[in-house]
Amino acid sequence: MNKKKFSLGEFLRGNSVPIMFILICAFCIPISGFSPTYLLNEIITRLGRNAFLILSLLIPIMAGMGLNFGMTLGAMAGEIALILVSDWQIWGIPGVVLAMIISIPFSVALGLLCGKILNMAKGREMVTSYIISYFINGVYQLVVLYMMGPIIPIAHSSIKLPRGYGIRNTVSLLNMRQCLDDLLAIRVSGVKIPVLTLIIIALMCLAIVWFRKTKLGQDMRAVGQDMDVARDAGIQVERTRIISIVISTVLAGFGMIIYLQNMGNLSTYSSHSQIGMFCIAALLVGGASVDKASIGNVFLGVILFHLMFIVAPSAGAKITGDSMIGEYFRVFVSYGVITVALVMYETKKRRAKQSLGRQLEEDQRKGEKA
Amino acid sequence: MSESVKRSGVQGKLRSFVQSFGLPRLIIAGFLLLLFIAAPMVGSDLGVQLTNTINRFSWNAILVLAMVPMVHSGCGLNFGLPLGIISGLLGATLSMEFGFSGPMSFVMAIVISTPFAILLGGGYGWLLNRIKGGEMMIATYVGFSSVSFMCMMWLLLPYHSPNMVWGLAGKGLRTTISVEGYYDKVLSSFLQIQIGTLVIPTGALLFFALLAFAMWAFLLTKTGTAMTAVGSNPTFARAAGIDIDRIRMLSVVMSTWLAAVGILVYEQGFGFVQLYMAPFNMALPAVSAILIGGATVNKATIMNVIIGTFLFQGIVTMTPTVMNNMIHMDMSEVIRIIVSNGMILYALTRKSEASR
Amino acid sequence: MDDRKAPLLEMKNIRKDFFGNQVLEDINFTLGEGKVLGLVGENGAGKSTLMKILFGMDVIRETGGYSGDILLSGEKVSFQTPFEALAAGIGMVHQEFSLIPGFTATENILLNREPKKHSVLSDVFGDRLDTLNRDAMKKKAGDAIEKMGVMIDGSMVISDMPVGHKQFTEIARELSKDQLKLLILDEPTAVLTEHEAGALLDSIRSMAERGISVIFITHRLQEILNVCDQVVVMRDGRVVQDVAARDTNVQEITHWMVGRDVQLSARTFRELPSQETVMSIERLWVDMPGETVRDVTLDVKKGEILGIGGLAGQGKLGIPNGIMGLYEAGGRVTFEGKEIPLNQPRRCLDASLAFVSEDRRGVGLLLDESLEWNVAFPAMQIQNKFLKKYLGGLIKWRDEKAIEEVTKKYIDELQIRCTSSRQKARELSGGNQQKICLAKTFAMEPRFLFVSEPTRGIDVGAKALVLDALKRFNRESGVTIVMISSELEELRQICDRIAIVSGGSIAGILPASASSEQLGELMVSQVK
Repeated sequence: MNKKKFSLGEFLRGNSVPIMFILICAFCIPISGFSPTYLLNEIITRLGRNAFLILSLLIPIMAGMGLNFGMTLGAMAGEIALILVSDWQIWGIPGVVLAMIISIPFSVALGLLCGKILNMAKGREMVTSYIISYFINGVYQLVVLYMMGPIIPIAHSSIKLPRGYGIRNTVSLLNMRQCLDDLLAIRVSGVKIPVLTLIIIALMCLAIVWFRKTKLGQDMRAVGQDMDVARDAGIQVERTRIISIVISTVLAGFGMIIYLQNMGNLSTYSSHSQIGMFCIAALLVGGASVDKASIGNVFLGVILFHLMFIVAPSAGAKITGDSMIGEYFRVFVSYGVITVALVMYETKKRRAKQSLGRQLEEDQRKGEKA
Repeated sequence: MSESVKRSGVQGKLRSFVQSFGLPRLIIAGFLLLLFIAAPMVGSDLGVQLTNTINRFSWNAILVLAMVPMVHSGCGLNFGLPLGIISGLLGATLSMEFGFSGPMSFVMAIVISTPFAILLGGGYGWLLNRIKGGEMMIATYVGFSSVSFMCMMWLLLPYHSPNMVWGLAGKGLRTTISVEGYYDKVLSSFLQIQIGTLVIPTGALLFFALLAFAMWAFLLTKTGTAMTAVGSNPTFARAAGIDIDRIRMLSVVMSTWLAAVGILVYEQGFGFVQLYMAPFNMALPAVSAILIGGATVNKATIMNVIIGTFLFQGIVTMTPTVMNNMIHMDMSEVIRIIVSNGMILYALTRKSEASR
Repeated sequence: MDDRKAPLLEMKNIRKDFFGNQVLEDINFTLGEGKVLGLVGENGAGKSTLMKILFGMDVIRETGGYSGDILLSGEKVSFQTPFEALAAGIGMVHQEFSLIPGFTATENILLNREPKKHSVLSDVFGDRLDTLNRDAMKKKAGDAIEKMGVMIDGSMVISDMPVGHKQFTEIARELSKDQLKLLILDEPTAVLTEHEAGALLDSIRSMAERGISVIFITHRLQEILNVCDQVVVMRDGRVVQDVAARDTNVQEITHWMVGRDVQLSARTFRELPSQETVMSIERLWVDMPGETVRDVTLDVKKGEILGIGGLAGQGKLGIPNGIMGLYEAGGRVTFEGKEIPLNQPRRCLDASLAFVSEDRRGVGLLLDESLEWNVAFPAMQIQNKFLKKYLGGLIKWRDEKAIEEVTKKYIDELQIRCTSSRQKARELSGGNQQKICLAKTFAMEPRFLFVSEPTRGIDVGAKALVLDALKRFNRESGVTIVMISSELEELRQICDRIAIVSGGSIAGILPASASSEQLGELMVSQVK
């Protein structure tokens, strides 16, 4: 009896974030007044749209590099690839596949850069990767806003700014809109299921499971837990860390392309800016922490986080009469959940250090009694 | 023989100078110098340019000064600056709401924002003491969370002053509120000096000088000395009987309060109170300004603040006009992003500083 | 000796200095195949430096290498990295565990040497994408565990293991290497229970029977006699004895370890200045990693210099660190009749206690600040010295002039070599840094002083100066001093009484005139 109670407390504490979100959703869904079919439809759409992006975060966590705020780099690589592909007017599935292929060299180059910089800033990977994403955003704007046109040939005026160079604020991807999602899509009582996209995501999950079993995956886990021990055992620590970031960046690039083909248009200068934050928040909502994340966390996270995202504005509007409240609320919750997760991670690190003293006192007291 | 020794000496000196000053800083300073030289050549008035730079300096310098205490106490760069800015915004809006006007509204804004700064800074400091070692990342997100939380509050809090709320709804604060009639240019116009096209906002500069002097004086006191020692070697400070947590808390509260005052000074120069998501990205420019000025993650002086703010604001104001005139492209925004974040990256990845 | 076959390991005239400080001189010994060699000596005798040379650790190369020859099976070797040593068949189990906490024993045993399965993908992307062959791993690790002769659970995660099993995991890891010919065990029994230690000794014997040679470093001399074929005793960087284990006994070895025929004649012993107890420590425990203190009770007499000695890791350093609040501690400490609350550095300092830490760079100094700051800081913070008051005491500024004066005074007094009083503490040599640490505490004018390892890592001249300064401080100002040191000789030179810590508690207190043997026996008496 006693033992069961203890494990329940442990369970609640270990999963406090998902539980909190279930409560928020349970509170908001009835108020928002959305029909279950609508919600289910939305959730499945968003699952297909976001899951791949979030999966790209798993590998750096495994390698002990924390939440990869630098996944934005991959997103930018994906966007550049999409801009080029849409300029070449290659649409539909071939366009998506080609964009993915083109994104690879960009992602790899950015991933290498990011990995190298993070190796110079061990112990504060997260804040550094976060600043890198801002820095590269500047470079991205330089390329897209000024170099596309004069240096990188852009043929179609439909995506060019009227001034003759630079890319418009939005690039329409109408001709490849949901082409992955629609292929093989089925409808089950009004809910559209994008089978192909889900298959791709499932394959990705299998790939990650397989990757964990490889030598490289094992090395990453070792590096993630203790760099010095891994180095003593002859594992190339720096190289392994760079590889993990490169893989993450490439996957994020693919993920961004999947995301954008679903959206159907590309906001050239803002699509990527929030994507990292939302993906990380979703992963954390799924119960992941800075040093531990599973595929299950990804899916639970997508569902809960986006459920909140859908229902919060209208629930907020119903309660306060102002639709903006809900909008702000969901932004607040996204940031809040990241803050809470970071704080929990740091306090856990500290608590682990403090346990031995209690043990000594205990021993001595026992000795006294005996 | 002696010639070569001498040359290597000069070279060595040059190298050590470059090393101590930092290559990125040299490049930025050189770039700004180039801009000043180029400005008259491309036909923009140097006096106007200088006036702009000095003006922006006077708006921003206190926000940059707010970085100093936390760097000294070893809390790192205060990415949580928005928290202090929010205190300032609360002070500004409440001061207007209570009907103060003119210079009095400025004084009252500072007075009202002070308890908020102490309260919020205290909570923030308490949190940072619980997570030593991970300050910067968490500071960033504390800043973001608090900004988005206040977004809701600006809508919900019962403000009524017609100058501030949405006209139609009669409630909820507007995104930008003019400070005209309140404290617009209250410092800048005080003792203003005009020489040709060059206008010097003496009052605002004096106000900054006053706070900078106070900060300098504080660092000379017993507590200020302890603060520097906590940042330099926390274990040493603890062994010398310093209550590290208390000192760190004090530094956070100071930083938060300075940020509150800083945003009010910014507003009096800029002319508007910006609410909602505006404070969101105010931390990064301040952080990179002090780094450009020569500070590192755990060392910063008043001089760093002055040089850094001047260089940073100089580039921000000069690039658009000069660039526009030269190549007819406004790349200033992009350059600002690359320079400021590049500078922060440089500071974060320096070996000597990566230990903490 | 046998001419047909060269011995497995031969050390010839090994010498090593660290920046002019000779730490090893003319080390010679040989070790035959399948033999167990016990290596003993006090801390600082040079055991670990010797092993680092043998194992090709980076620190040796970085500090200028060594001279002399190491012959492995008759061939001269000189390892540039530990990996070369590993490849040549040398394995080492260090004092600190080198294990991945979240991995199982099997995964740790085979870390980076996992058996792999080839796949199509690995042809394309390289062999790091081979999948791990879990079955083969299990079998290989199982074999190594069996070879060791101590049963541990291969599927258990390291962080869930008792300490002893972690140690065995490390040993199994070395045994799983097929090429292993020589295994170095650096104090492997230090963390083991008696039962586990017994099991380890058995497994060492069985390894030897399989033809693996072992170098066994320990402070538990009885273990050496039980398990070794040969005992090598080191002292002050030299091999002082190399005998067969069956020909010697614990007393003899202790004598060789600590016995110096030192000229104590110059030293006159004085009566204790007072019988009054100035500080009494009761049931103190301290959680200082690697220097745990358990249940220490000790009285310090007024005006004396009390030495605390003992082997490294036995807890002598934990005592001052615990009392001064730098590590978590419990128990009761009274000073001049008043109880001093633990875990609050400030209260100790207010009571006029001071501490010179053994960790100069970490705790003792503000490396990036000037000497002036270093010297004046504690006195300023604790006693409000060196402050100028303005506005009726409302504002207290640093009195830079007074600070400069006091720093200059100590620079002269302690002969600190520096360019100016504004030099950064980081730029000084170890000895001069230590003097700054002393100056810092002297400036506080304490009534009671803990000094921890005051001469560690500093040259002979500075050593004498530091000890002199302490003695003078004690004699002239009547300050009670408790000095903690690993060097018995040093303690005997300046202390009135010497307490020996062993196994985390006080093994005994002897007058400084006691012989080295008596002290040495206490040192190894309760080693845990």
